[in-house]
Formats: sequence, C-alpha cells, structure tokens
Amino acid sequence: MNWFFRFMNSSVGKKIIMATTGLLLCSFLIIHLFGNLFLYGGPELFNTYVERLASIKPLIRVIEVILALIFLFHIINSLWLTLSNRKANPVKYEVNRAQDNSSFFSRYMGITGSIVFIFLAVHLSTFWYRFQIDHDGGQFYRIVTGDAVGFNNPYITGLYILAMILLGFHLRHGFQSAFQTFGLRYNKYGKLIEAIAVLFWFAIPLGFVLIPIYFGLLKGGF
Amino acid sequence: MVLDAKIPGGPLAEKWTQHRFDLKLVNPANKRKYNIIIVGTGLAGASAAASLAELGYNVDAFSYHESPRRAHSIAAQGGINAAKNYPNDGDSIFRLFYDTIKGGDYRSREANVYRLAEVSNAIIDQCVAQGVPFAREYGGLLDNRSFGGAQVSRTFYARGQTGQQLLLGAYSAFARQMKAGKVRFHPRHEMLDLVLVDGHAKGIITRNLINGEIRSYAADAVILASGGYGNVFFLSTNAMASNATAIWRAYKKGAYFANPCFTQIHPTCIPLSSEHQSKLTLMSESLRNDGRVWVPKKKGDSRAPNDIPEEERDYYLERIYPSFGNLVPRDVASRRAKEMCDTGHGVGPTGLAVYLDFEDVIGRKGKQWVSDKYGNLFDMYQQITGENPYEVPMRIYPAVHYTMGGLWVDYNLMSTVPGLFVLGEANFSDHGANRLGASALMQGLADGYFIIPYTIGDYLAKHPHGKTDTNQESFKTTTREVEEKLNQLLAVDGSQTVDDIHKELGRILWEYVGMARNREGLEKALKLIPQLRETFWKEVKVPGTAKELNPELEKAGRVADFLELGELMARDALHREESCGGHFREEYQTEENEALRDDEKFAYVAAWEFQGTGEPAKLHKEVLIFENVELTTRSYK
Amino acid sequence: MQVFLKVWRQADAKSEGQFVTYTVENVTEDMSFFEMLDMLNNQLVLKGKEPIAFDHDCREGICGTCGLFINGRAHGPLRGITTCQLHMRSFDDGANIVVEPWRAEAFPVIKDLIVDRTAFDRIISAGGYISVNTGGVPDANTIPVPKPKADEAFDAATCIGCGACVATCKNSSAMLFVAAKVSHLALLPQGQVERKQRALNLVAAMDMEGFGACTNTGACEIECPKEISIVHIARLNREFLKASLL
Repeated sequence: MNWFFRFMNSSVGKKIIMATTGLLLCSFLIIHLFGNLFLYGGPELFNTYVERLASIKPLIRVIEVILALIFLFHIINSLWLTLSNRKANPVKYEVNRAQDNSSFFSRYMGITGSIVFIFLAVHLSTFWYRFQIDHDGGQFYRIVTGDAVGFNNPYITGLYILAMILLGFHLRHGFQSAFQTFGLRYNKYGKLIEAIAVLFWFAIPLGFVLIPIYFGLLKGGF
Repeated sequence: MVLDAKIPGGPLAEKWTQHRFDLKLVNPANKRKYNIIIVGTGLAGASAAASLAELGYNVDAFSYHESPRRAHSIAAQGGINAAKNYPNDGDSIFRLFYDTIKGGDYRSREANVYRLAEVSNAIIDQCVAQGVPFAREYGGLLDNRSFGGAQVSRTFYARGQTGQQLLLGAYSAFARQMKAGKVRFHPRHEMLDLVLVDGHAKGIITRNLINGEIRSYAADAVILASGGYGNVFFLSTNAMASNATAIWRAYKKGAYFANPCFTQIHPTCIPLSSEHQSKLTLMSESLRNDGRVWVPKKKGDSRAPNDIPEEERDYYLERIYPSFGNLVPRDVASRRAKEMCDTGHGVGPTGLAVYLDFEDVIGRKGKQWVSDKYGNLFDMYQQITGENPYEVPMRIYPAVHYTMGGLWVDYNLMSTVPGLFVLGEANFSDHGANRLGASALMQGLADGYFIIPYTIGDYLAKHPHGKTDTNQESFKTTTREVEEKLNQLLAVDGSQTVDDIHKELGRILWEYVGMARNREGLEKALKLIPQLRETFWKEVKVPGTAKELNPELEKAGRVADFLELGELMARDALHREESCGGHFREEYQTEENEALRDDEKFAYVAAWEFQGTGEPAKLHKEVLIFENVELTTRSYK
Repeated sequence: MQVFLKVWRQADAKSEGQFVTYTVENVTEDMSFFEMLDMLNNQLVLKGKEPIAFDHDCREGICGTCGLFINGRAHGPLRGITTCQLHMRSFDDGANIVVEPWRAEAFPVIKDLIVDRTAFDRIISAGGYISVNTGGVPDANTIPVPKPKADEAFDAATCIGCGACVATCKNSSAMLFVAAKVSHLALLPQGQVERKQRALNLVAAMDMEGFGACTNTGACEIECPKEISIVHIARLNREFLKASLL
C-alpha cells in the first residue's frame, strides 16, 4: 500500500483524484438533469417520478453516500491542493497580466467551485431536505415551483441561475482539464473530447438553467 | 625548459592504442581516494566530471554559473563531426584527420588531431545512448549533413541547437553523478587562482559569487575546462561572462600559453547597431549557401539597398572567387568584408556591414522554400534588427567567434604545470590556426569523455593521493594574494566603469589584432594596451564590497586579466611573421591576397611563459613535425 | 526615447526588498532590454550607486540564464523569446515598465532580480537521464528511432531551464519543466529501461522542492521561450499514472 499513499500524496496523484472525482460528478449531472426534465411534464408526472425513486430508497441511499463521498473527496482534495499551491507561490507579482496567457475559467476554478458549493448547500438544505421529510404527502412539484424554497422565490431563482452559469464556467475548464490530467487530452480523440466538453460546460448547465428560467421567470410570473 | 609534447612513437594510427596500453592505471579500489578539481562545466568539463566520477574518482566541479546547463557550449548551432561514414561518401578517420590538419593550416599536432578523429565516432555512440535527439532520416537512422565546405557529409546535428543537446547530454550524465555523490557541484563559484604545492597543481582558490566567501579547495589534480577567451574583444559571439581568468591565472602560475593570437572570426554575424551593443549574434554559416553577398559599387552609397540597381552592386565574393563564390572559408569571407568596409563600401548606419541578399533565391524557389530552410534564422534576424530579411537584404559583419589558442598541453592534455590538465577550448591542442565548422563540440567531448579519463590516471598513478590539504602554506599565501587583488580593485575608486575600459580594449584589439594585422598596428597595440592597463588600475570604479554578490567586481577581475592577455596576443601576432588560418599578417600574403605561410620558419607552436606583468613573455617553440601529410597551400580561386 | 522603470531591489536573500524607480533616457529602439539596463547600470556605477543585479549570459536566447517578469509577463510581452531577445522597440516612448524577479517559493531571490534555480538541477539529478556510463555503448545506428518520435523528443528537449513556466504559473508549478524531460526520454527507445522509475522520481523530486501542482491553465506554454507544448504535460501525467498504478 506504500505505492498508494505515495501516489495520493504526490501533486500529480492529487490532480488525478480531482479529475476522477470531477468526471464522476459530471456523470451525476446527466442523471440529475434527466430527472429534472420530468418537471416539464407537469405535477403528476414529476411527483410519480420522485415516488418511484423513493420506492428504491435503500439503493438511492447507497448512491447518495457514494456521491457525498465523491463530493467530499473533490472538495477536500481541492482545498489541500489550493493550500499547497499557495505555499508554493507566496509572493504575488506587482503586475501580473495573467489574462494574456490563460483563460479566466482556468484561473478561477476555486472561486467558481466555492460558489457552486454554497449553492449545493442551499440546494440540499431546501429541495433535498424537503423531498425527504417535508413534502406534504408527495407534493414534490409544488416544492420546486412554490414560493418558499421554489422558483416562485426570486432569490432562489437568481441563485440557481447564477450557480448554473458558474457551474458552466467550472466545467468549461474542468472537463477538458480532467482529460489533460489523465494524459488523454491530446491525441486522435482530441476533437471528440472537445465536442463532449461542450455538452458538459454548455448544454447541461443550460438545461439546468432553463428550469429556473422557465418555472421562475416565465411561468412563475413574479 | 624544453617542451616535450610526449607524442607516442609508432605509426600514426596506432599511437593512441599503444599509448593507452603504456599509460599507468590506478587500482579500482584506490580511485575513490583521489580527488580531482574541475573548473568549468561546459561540454568538456561536464563530460570529464561525469566520466571520471563513473570511474570512481571524487570530483569537485566549479562553475560561475548556477548550473552546468548554462555553459556557452549550449550556443553552438551547426553540429558535430564524426568519421562514421554513414552516408557512404568516402569519409574515414584519416580523411577527418587530414581535413582538420589542413583546415588548421598545418599549425596543429598530427598525433592529437588523429586521435581526435579516431575517438569522434565513439562520441556519437555515447551521445545517442544518452538520449541526445539527433536529426534522423525516415528509416530511423541518423542523418548527416555537409558543413562548412566539407566534401563529405559527416556532421551530426540536432536542428540548429546541436550544442544545446550535447551539453544537456553531458549535463545529464553529470547530474547522475551528483546524485551518486561522486560529483560535488559548486555553482556560482569562480576560480580566482591556482595553488601549487612543490610545483604541482594541487588546488584552487574560489570566490563564492553569492556571498563573496573566499575558499581553498585541495585535490590530487586540477582540470581546467573554462572555455575560450574571445571576450577579450568585448564584442564577440561569446556569452557575456565567458572569460580567461582561470587559464590566465594558471598561466601566471607557470602554465605556458600557446598561440594566443589564433582567433577565429565568423563572417555571418548581425552587425553592430550602436555603441551600447553588448554582444554580437552569430547566424548559421549555412545562410551563405543561398544568400549572395554584395556592397554598392559607389563608395558611401547611402541609398536603400532595394533602390540600388543590379549593375551598381558589387557581388565581390562571386567576382573574386568565381568557383567558390559566396562559399569561401570563414576567414576569407570575413577579411573580404572588412576590406570592403575599410574602403568605404560598407553599408548600414555604421558603415560596418555588407549585404547578404536572398532576393535571387526567393525569386527562383519561392518564399516558402526559403522560409522552410532558414525560417528560424530569418525570424532571429528580424527579432534583433527589426527588419524583414524577406524584403530587405540582411546586413552582416564578421565577429570574433572562437579562440584556437589556449594553454599549452602535451599529448596527455597536461600543461607545463604537472597535475594541471586543460580541456576543450581552453587548451590549444587540435585546431591549429583555424578551426573547422562542427569541430569544437567534437574536441570538447573527445577531451572530456575519451581522453582525460585515461591520461589523468597515468599522472595520478605516479603520485600518492591525499598528500595535500588546505592548511598548507601555499594555500594561505595564494588566498592572501587573491584577497589583496580584490581589495585593490575596489580601492581604485576612479571615474570609469569596467565596461568602458573593456570596450576600449576591444576597440584596440579589433583594430590592430583583429582580422588583418600588420607590424605597425601590432606595435601600436603593444603601446596602447599597457597604457590602458595603467588607466584601468588608476581609473576603474568598482562599487560595493567583496563580501556580497557584486557583478561589477566579477567583471573587473576578468577585465584586469584580459588587459594582460590582450598584450600577449599582440606580441604573439607580431612575432609570427607569416599568415596562417585565422592569423592574417598583411605583409605576408600572396599576389592574390591569400595567406602566405612560412613553413620553414613558423611550423611551430608558440608557447609563452609568464615573466611578470608588463614584462615580455618568454617564447618557447614546440616544432611541429608532419610525417603523414604534405603541407599544401589552399586555393579557392 | 525614455522609459520609466520600477525595479525590484533586494540586497540579499534575507533582506526585505522594495521597488525603486528609475528614469532611463537616450534609449534607442535597437537596444535590447538588457543593453538598456547595462546603460542604466553604467550610470549608476558612475554616480557611486549600486547597479541592478540581474542574471544573463548568452544574450541569444539559448542558455536560459536570464528571466525577468516584465509588465506582468515572464520574459516580457512577446511570445517565444527570452528576456535577452526582447528589444526596446517593443515599448513606447515614455513607457512605464515594472521589472520583477521570478516569484516562487522554490526560486528564492538571491539579490535584486536574481533568483536561485538550483532546484531544477536537483530535479534532473533525481533521474532526468539515461543511466549509461561513458564507453561500452552500442553503435549509434543500432538504435533506430522513428523520425516523428525523434522530432517530438527534440521539441521537448529544447527546454532551456529558464523557469518562465514556474514564474508564470499561478501555482508555481514546475510541471512543464519536468514534463519536457520525462517526455523527451520516454519517447526514445534508449529511455525505455528506466521509464517508469524516471516519471516517479522526477515528480517526487519536484514535489519535494516545493513547486505547486498543475491546474492546466496553459500559461506555461504561452510564456515558454521555446514554446514547449503542454502535450508533454499530458504525457508526463500518463507516464506517472501508468508507473504508479500498473
């Protein structure tokens, strides 16, 4: 197991963990968005979908635990990396034209990630929490569109839109960066990776963002 | 003292093999008891350090750079020669030997040059095994090119960065021995003197360039691989810090200095643009394969080059040398350019340049073809001058590039000081009066990888190890001398900077001891240089102290040495009443303005012995005996 | 033309540093950036002041000795060059120019604009080589190397070790430097024998020297004077992953 700890402790190893957990979280996004699409089918369809999920609760719980661990790993690892990176670069330049040599997205992964994390906390403490225990007998659709924690609340809608845009920023760099970290970014599949990347940094966040826009701004009518 | 080159007997081709057998060996178990100091970690120094450490010796390596990878060997562009005959075009060890002797205008030692050609193949094998990425053909085998007018393709290359790749190869072997603890590297340490114990080289005094600490190091032998002295001219293609201090201070301790006047001037450099210019940049000679050299026929013609019609241009190399044209050897091309400028045909803001024009080839083969072949050189030219050479002819001018002279060494690469070995450009051994293209890298690595590991063993085996330590009196005396000299430099506190005086020295040398020399000019230089030296010691201003990082103090020490070396160069050039290779005496030329050698009187190595600063050095002659080649006169007409 | 410099001055590694401003007059656009500094230093010496210490040597872009952070960019505003290849024609008359040393924990300042990059030597000595002794190697042409591989290895091997990649990286990561060496040797048949161990050892040495991790911003390849691509970083990652897990 010596090799394992050496790997985990090395800078490249940590990056590989970031990339692996990041891509796993990306795959979760697909499933989550798929579920969200049921909202467009109206209250009945959506509520039924959530009920169905509830019927396989033990499995869901296991998945949730795994997911939580992945998140935790991703976050703790990033904090660890950020701290050691700060230590490696303690004195900042008087003038630094970083915009001339690197993209905004790549330089602010910590910030975009942190805001997404804040969103995640809000999201879990509202939707997820209520879905578990306080759903008024299966009125899931109403929670999502309602004015307590739902999209009828302009603050919630605003936060969701902002967070999803930042998630897009995060993935704009993160998705391709993960492949670079695996050493797979530049080869004959490079173009394919770029195309799939668009799905993750643009299409999926757009799908998420459309929900608060539709249910909050258009349909909610506040 | 009679100079004994210790050339082994027997037929030329067997000398080295026989000699290696005759050399004494150090018992493998005893090697770790010997300490060797190496000063300089370029191609020669790094390869020697690695090879000696691999054998088991303990090596202390010193460099004024922060890393061996900074050495100026890194700037060599063209390539490295070897007699592999891979292209099947008739090359052989003997041909490489013959070309090198002839190229050196018969002023080098047959046995040394033959050995150089003999080990050249092993260098390529070694470098490939180290992972040096030489150019390859599509079949995966090594590519060769013809270089510097050679009749065969024997030059191995790595794009235009061969020196870099070879140095990084030697550096990697060096780094491996650092890890193994066999090489102790002392970065940013400058050797300021050699320490002799009972007449043998047994140590050095160094200054730590970061904090100014003066320290002594003792060893069983000392190797100098500190490079050439081209920077004596201030402007040269050498790196800014390249200097003669290590070899000069060894000279003052009794090592003879051989052929100091043999300097090589490279014809295709970017000309001077202003008095503030700090160095000259070389562009590969290959440009002359397709560029045409010309000047305006009218003196002082200040029109833009593209406004000068064809019939008013003088393609002087094509005119004077119809068969070789623009491809005449380096020294001929350089001298002709100077001549054109001296007679008022020079171009550009300073009048010290000639045109190298690609209009013709762009017209014939297209811009793309030219760009594919010379793109990086054109970019470099544009970067430096701000002019686009695809549209305006390049301006070029010769610049000091390499020094063939150096400390005198015998066949074992040992100087006249026992235990002091000298490798690479720092010695004089293999290039005679003129070095062929792609031969400097070959010599540096031959000395370091394949000669010194054998020859130093013979010296060490004959002398008991570990008899020296830095508490001995001579270390203390030399340390005091070094400290005094530093304090003297700081104490002058005059009104001229080191660079000002260095530039003045450069002007004198370039004018009188440069591409073409004559008695009158050399005698003048012999008056001016001592005067300038006096000015230096009265007027130089060195700020700061000796106990800190002080680049001005470093430069001052080096320039103080250049001011003495310059005089020796002039003296050597004056005494050599002939023209040969890089040494052109105007009084000694053929009717066709070619170098006129005097083999009767001057077929010898001039080795100078120090007699005190300001005193004329004493000349010793090592007569050169040619048994295997016939002395011919070259002709490019 | 004249320029206004704001230069980092620091007496030695232990001292506190600060910015000092200088006005340099009579600058010509043909001058290199260093010739402008030479001129300023000459004036400072004559005034009895201490000249600005900076590292430089070959002044033709190959030795890797020089490296200044100029107006927020490693080696100044242009691409594909070292500081010594920067000329004053890249600046306007009256320009304000901020000059700083490389900043990284692993590159401590020695004096003014000079930093200590010996960490790079220690990384290379941890395994940036093929372990062959002098002599006893096979004939050069017994080891064929496909030309595309040789060319790619060469691209990586052109690294001059200047440290611009570290200087410009927001994490002061040395990944491009390490990747260039690992990639160069991993591409060649000669490098196969020690391939795994080399990747592991160099990454370990890099981490030990206190360089940061790679965030794949790509700034290093933009500022690299030899334009070494981050493709080589991808290769290093792959080499490391394979060496660690397989």
